[in-house]
Amino acid sequence: MNAPIRRLSTLVAVLFATLLFAVTWIQFVSARAINDLPGNTRSLLASYNRERGSILVAGEAIARSTPAKDELKWNRVYPMPTRYAHVTGYYSFVYGPGGGVEGAENSLLSGTSDTLFYRRVSDLLTGHDPVGASLELTINPAAQAAADEALGNQRGAVVALDPSTGAILAMVSHPSYDPSELSAHSSSAVEKAWTRLLRDDGDPLINRAIAGDLYPPGSTFKLITAAAALESGKYTQDSVIPGPAALKLPGVTTPLPNHDGQPCGPNDKTTMLHALVISCNTAFADLGMTLGPETLRDQAAKFGFGQPLKVPMSVTPSVVPAGMNEPNTAQAAIGQFSVRATPLQMAMVAAAIGNDGVVMTPYLVRRVLTSSLKTIDETSPQTLSEAISTGTARQLTTMMKAVVAEGTGRPAQIAGVEVAGKTGTAEHAPGAAPHAWFTAFAPADKPKVAVAVVVEDGGTMGSEAAGGLVAGPIAKAVIEAVLGS
Amino acid sequence: MSVITSLRPRRGRNVELFLLIFAVGIVVLAYVAVEVATHDAIPANLATQGGGLLAIALAFHLVLRFTASYADPLLLPIATLLNGLGLVMIHRIDIAHGDSLGEGSALRQLTWSALGVAIAIAMILWLRDHRTLRRYTFLAGVAGVVLLLLPLVPVLGHEVYGARIWIKLGPFTFQPGEVAKIALAVFFAGYLVRTRDVLSISGRRVLGLTLPRGRDLGPIGAMWLLSLAVLFFQKDLGSALLFFGLFVAMLYVATERIGWIAIGLTLAAAGAVLAYQLFSHLQVRVLLWLHPFSAQAAEVSDQLARGLMGMAAGGMLGTGLGRGRPDITYFAESDFIIASFGEELGMVGLFAILFLYILLVERGLRTAIGVRDGFGKLLAAGLSFSVALQCFVVVGGVTRVIPLTGLTMPFLSAGGSSLLANWTLVALLLRISDQARQPIADAVVQDRVAAR
Repeated sequence: MNAPIRRLSTLVAVLFATLLFAVTWIQFVSARAINDLPGNTRSLLASYNRERGSILVAGEAIARSTPAKDELKWNRVYPMPTRYAHVTGYYSFVYGPGGGVEGAENSLLSGTSDTLFYRRVSDLLTGHDPVGASLELTINPAAQAAADEALGNQRGAVVALDPSTGAILAMVSHPSYDPSELSAHSSSAVEKAWTRLLRDDGDPLINRAIAGDLYPPGSTFKLITAAAALESGKYTQDSVIPGPAALKLPGVTTPLPNHDGQPCGPNDKTTMLHALVISCNTAFADLGMTLGPETLRDQAAKFGFGQPLKVPMSVTPSVVPAGMNEPNTAQAAIGQFSVRATPLQMAMVAAAIGNDGVVMTPYLVRRVLTSSLKTIDETSPQTLSEAISTGTARQLTTMMKAVVAEGTGRPAQIAGVEVAGKTGTAEHAPGAAPHAWFTAFAPADKPKVAVAVVVEDGGTMGSEAAGGLVAGPIAKAVIEAVLGS
Repeated sequence: MSVITSLRPRRGRNVELFLLIFAVGIVVLAYVAVEVATHDAIPANLATQGGGLLAIALAFHLVLRFTASYADPLLLPIATLLNGLGLVMIHRIDIAHGDSLGEGSALRQLTWSALGVAIAIAMILWLRDHRTLRRYTFLAGVAGVVLLLLPLVPVLGHEVYGARIWIKLGPFTFQPGEVAKIALAVFFAGYLVRTRDVLSISGRRVLGLTLPRGRDLGPIGAMWLLSLAVLFFQKDLGSALLFFGLFVAMLYVATERIGWIAIGLTLAAAGAVLAYQLFSHLQVRVLLWLHPFSAQAAEVSDQLARGLMGMAAGGMLGTGLGRGRPDITYFAESDFIIASFGEELGMVGLFAILFLYILLVERGLRTAIGVRDGFGKLLAAGLSFSVALQCFVVVGGVTRVIPLTGLTMPFLSAGGSSLLANWTLVALLLRISDQARQPIADAVVQDRVAAR
């Protein structure tokens, strides 16, 4: 019977080897993946036991950890909760970190990131309690305040960028919420707040500036159509193009009308410059059809459409659909049909025009700091793409200056500062008031800020000027705040 | 000119003594680590507690020294170490649950440990020759089956989280399956040593395998049905797997024929498929096994997911004793005690614990090879293999090798019946190993004494 006993011991060895393998698999190979699973209470408890890094704006914390007296050792405190809600996000014991930088840079804030590895080792050796890294943001507090106050009770979003770097100077989405409610330690209170926010028909948890359902960009998209035309080399700002009161579209019975039902110039003709100044629909729709759908799509892509970005929060890519027919293309050229954009994307378009045609990658985190505020890492501005030539950028700037000086963008005029901008009135549902858009940069010759504003249902049907009237002053307030600080 | 001297054979009792002190030392250190981590202080009565543990271990050692002096010197220290580590972990989880030493499970576990050791000592003293047990073959068989089916008796049986493997008598709950394991091992050994000739010689060769005659299939068929009964009525996959696996392994050792294993595996597979089709709770178990983190699984039970998260949180080196959160997992002190160790001692600690079991099983199998009588061989091999199989079923369930079942980890898990049974098992192995390791001359003398 000894031979089978020996074979049995081989079987025992195999059984135990399987167990050793399984243990290695769980505790070594896939440990990190399991630790990062949502709802992992241990990871969350561990992170609450470590002092989480602060989120700083101009040296002031907009999110910081303070010692607590219950089972979780730290409270997460947001000194200006609603103003920065969509920037900071929340740090919830129940739902995990999310909604903004808290979620997107969780590993840095909690101190578990690989880039902090050597610091962790030295903390371990010196016996310090490990502390998460702090993040200094690019937000300009004056611009953020101006955007928040100017948007007020209206639903919508504001994004401001530094055109030469891509640094995000303001990011506001209304309605907002109070992240402290979600970051409280009482799970029943947190769950109640969460359910209430989810049920709110204003969708306060959604950051409209970079995500959500996106908006049709309306007439602000004419900047891209114009850019494509100028880039083709066949047009200049003075080119004469058709601009009838209504444009007949091939195969469609209803023609595409101008907002005021008037032709854009004598003999149904206009110039590129004038068409942009009065935001002539027929001229740009016709231009779009002449250029073709792929040219429009390519130009939009060069500005960043269709590209997933992380700022560090994930940005929903803006869309110009593929495979459009002629009537679709005509609609798309004026920012309708299925064209959708984030306010961030439209701010990037304005910023690129102001920055000699170069799109800078937008970013929100300027520096990663230790708890003693020493710099660990600093973001260096990066070029995302070269959307248009310098010449095209100059011509577009001239045209946009005219929009504010004498056209639909007059509400954004600032004494002593040349503002270049473009209004938009985007229809999104039959019968509903259109969304009001405004995108601009200033000072026009050497821009310090580019801004995009959208106010939901803020426009007036049939009025192109409404976009400027509603969204223009908000953009103006943000520009003034940046230039004044 | 050479002088012939007869060498005294190594008994290993001093090795055992040294290892025992070492084992108790590790347990005391682990205890101190827990207390320092949770209360920032070394326990005040450490000397009494450590001394008490050492005294129990030494008592057992002395019994062996005088009544089973050739017994394997590793078995006792390994059992002591595992039992002690289990106690420390149970105490640690009591602390996490906010229970003091008096009201938690640790004190109960300590009492059962002492009782287990006492029964093991009694067993060593009463059973001077393991072959005596052969006389009780059929009594053991009946006892095993009755114990196994006892939880099905309406008043006695007690269902815990779906598995009906407990009996309840007043305030006491007992898992009779643990004791049944030993009784059945004795029965199988006695029965197979008698029938092995018939079962191994007759048969036909089919495809290179010698398959038994139809009429010899009775025993394996009966065992299969019994295992299925356990599976169906008690809803306990682990016990069914353990008993059937134990029987097939012993049948193979007795007959030396691979054919039995082929038949056993076929029957097991058929039973598994049948049970999976018939029972929704098994389908749930399989779902939890394959997708523990899925939303579907979370609706049913997140126990396995929590255990896995605990082990992952421990990583390579663990959080340190008393510094993790093993209490987040349900049954962290019994079914999931392995995950608790994984969390606090890490992969390295879990490896060490698994190696202790490997060593225990390996010493048992070596005893089986060394012992001279067939009954002893079968019993030692069966008992050792049952420990290995039980480890596999429990650890494999926690680490997603197989679907999770409700068995306890020998010596580690909280539970009185498990402790009593496993200490008895170790006593039997010690007794058999005493004969396996003693020189032939001594054995012959002993046989004559026994024959008188």
